[in-house]
Amino acid sequence: MKILSTPRMERCIGCHSCSLACARLVHKRLSWDTAGIRIRSTGGLSTGFEARPCLACDPAPCAAACPTGAYSQRRGGGVVVKKKLCIRCGACAGACPVDAIHLEPSGEPFVCIHCGRCVGFCPHDCLEMVEAPASPSGGEELKGVEL
Amino acid sequence: MIRDHFRVLKVDLSTGRGQIEEVGGRDTWAGGSGLAAHLFSKLGFSDRGWEDAQQPLIFTIGPLTGYFPLMSKVVCAFKSPYHDQYAESHAGGRAALSMRFADLDALVITGKAKRPSCLVVGSRTLRLEETPYLWGKSVQRTGQMLRRMAGGSGHRSILRIGPAGENRSAMACINVDTYRHFGRLGAGAVMGAKNLKAIILVGDESFDLPSGKDYAQAFQKIYGQLTETTMMDKYHNLGTPINVAVLNGIKALPCRNLQKTSDEAISGITGETFAERTLLRNTACSGCPVGCIHLGFVREKFAEPNQYLYRQVTYDHEPIFAMGAMLSVLDAFQVLTLLEAAEKVGLDVMSAGVALAWATEAFEKGLLSERETLTPLKFGDAGAYAVALKHLGEASNEFYRLLGQGTLKAAEKYGGTDFACVLGQEMGGYATGEVFFVSQALGLRHSHLDAGGYSYDQKQKGKDVAHAVDFLVQDEKARVLLTSMVSCLFAREVYKESVLAECLNAVGYGKLAETLDPVACRVQNLRWQLRLKSGFDPASVRIPGRFKEIVTWKGPLDGNYLDSLQKTYAGKIREMGKEGASGPS
Repeated sequence: MKILSTPRMERCIGCHSCSLACARLVHKRLSWDTAGIRIRSTGGLSTGFEARPCLACDPAPCAAACPTGAYSQRRGGGVVVKKKLCIRCGACAGACPVDAIHLEPSGEPFVCIHCGRCVGFCPHDCLEMVEAPASPSGGEELKGVEL
Repeated sequence: MIRDHFRVLKVDLSTGRGQIEEVGGRDTWAGGSGLAAHLFSKLGFSDRGWEDAQQPLIFTIGPLTGYFPLMSKVVCAFKSPYHDQYAESHAGGRAALSMRFADLDALVITGKAKRPSCLVVGSRTLRLEETPYLWGKSVQRTGQMLRRMAGGSGHRSILRIGPAGENRSAMACINVDTYRHFGRLGAGAVMGAKNLKAIILVGDESFDLPSGKDYAQAFQKIYGQLTETTMMDKYHNLGTPINVAVLNGIKALPCRNLQKTSDEAISGITGETFAERTLLRNTACSGCPVGCIHLGFVREKFAEPNQYLYRQVTYDHEPIFAMGAMLSVLDAFQVLTLLEAAEKVGLDVMSAGVALAWATEAFEKGLLSERETLTPLKFGDAGAYAVALKHLGEASNEFYRLLGQGTLKAAEKYGGTDFACVLGQEMGGYATGEVFFVSQALGLRHSHLDAGGYSYDQKQKGKDVAHAVDFLVQDEKARVLLTSMVSCLFAREVYKESVLAECLNAVGYGKLAETLDPVACRVQNLRWQLRLKSGFDPASVRIPGRFKEIVTWKGPLDGNYLDSLQKTYAGKIREMGKEGASGPS
């Protein structure tokens, strides 16, 4: 299983092509919010940019916090999200230590599913899919999100 | 958001309240330049001065903004403090996508705030905050403080003015996200006159994608062209400063207040030198994978022993021409230092550099003394120019206040109108010849971007007046279509009319896609109507004597050709600006 990594963010030019691609291709939205990766400045545009990606935790605190089972552990790290089970409580976003889950005003969560669709859209090769370390928790071998 | 109307937020600063209005005409005006002109025709007052509180300050995006790469610009329309006539200025940064995701096709600001204020607008936000403590603060400091005050980092745009805007300088810009600007014709002063220090646009909405496969296919094709071909290399690599050496090589770079058209010491400020010695990194407007924004650095020793600070400064061809070649400041780091000084006070760097070039020659000729300039001005003396830029932005005395209203206005009082390098406003960085000079002098925005006159000068050998004027009219029309979408003009080789039609069809604007040529004509004509109605007389524009003295690779400038071009182009503009004009096609 591979996970998304952001090893070369110092090259980022802040074009948001990754976020826009994720929203467009994965979540079928025109947005820079409803995406599994989001870009912000590190403290003003003069300081460069940082990504807010899912770190593919294993075990994932967001999955542990989810009260309905909408979030479950993904093998290799990260989570599988079954949105039809989600009650929009926002507990997942509150539990994420790195602010990687975006909540829409409706409470709908958006998190990276480690599919790698964004990688090819980065003009400066900031992003990379890497092999995940062996899964200690033996999570589900499911691919990402059930929309 | 795809819709057959425009969603416009009108905000009255005198009350702090706004109103969402659905304005029809998507298939008539498209958006961007067209929408801005349409809104100004409804809400602006051609017969009232630019400072009238009811004059609108208009920001618009287009039907393709955010949907396709490089559809990343915002059009700002206003009555200009420079000439008290209709004007447009364009900028990128994050502003375009922030407006898209704030779910606004246009933001129209009228009235005057009771105290200096900041307007915050988002898809679920509208508030006017009094911020008197920001008044007088530099552009940079204002940006730093606003970042802390408002949420949405990364997905918002911060527009602000510096002291120049507060002082209502006709050279005041609106800074957008630190490194971009609504630069020319004094939009910053319009904000200043409205007591509006800043605008924060928060892009916090998301939308369904257009249905069907056409959109995904069209996006992928265009994204590929922009990132996998060499089409955009020029902008990504050295950027526009590549022009400095090229123009210098063909004797078409305005140098030393246009006393000459090349400089043997130009190597200190070429694009290559900037890249090798000063370039820190590139950055981009949101929605653009090209990344043409070049950031250099200035390192300053502020104390002994070895105590340094550094700052990041954006550079392009035009700023380098204005603060470098025109002032004979031929060291890249010194140019960056001057650019930063202008940025700090919120001046348009092009206008400011050209104004100081005139002031320097006037000082040398004895028309000005230190009583006016407060510091002795000398070509090449970057230290003096840094001081003068501060005075110009802060309007330190009557001389600088007048100079800030335009170089010709100062020259009319102090003398030296013949060597004021003004083509409608302070010139752009091309001394390519007659067609460019007339293009900028008469162009709607008085910008090198109105039409490719500089390119025509270089490619066409003959002196066919009708052919040249037809080129200007047609090229303006093509650009007006792009700025109604609103595309970055750097993508003009990609977004030809047929490609724009394909994009519009893919997102659901089929009817608009079928009528692009008439839409472009209509927008072009309306802009000229607004300009003429507010007092513009293209035949009476004065092209100062200095422009007729230059020598380029083609030899001495042909004054008769220049005059004929102006006369014929002025006639065309009058035709386009007639009520009910059908347009050039």
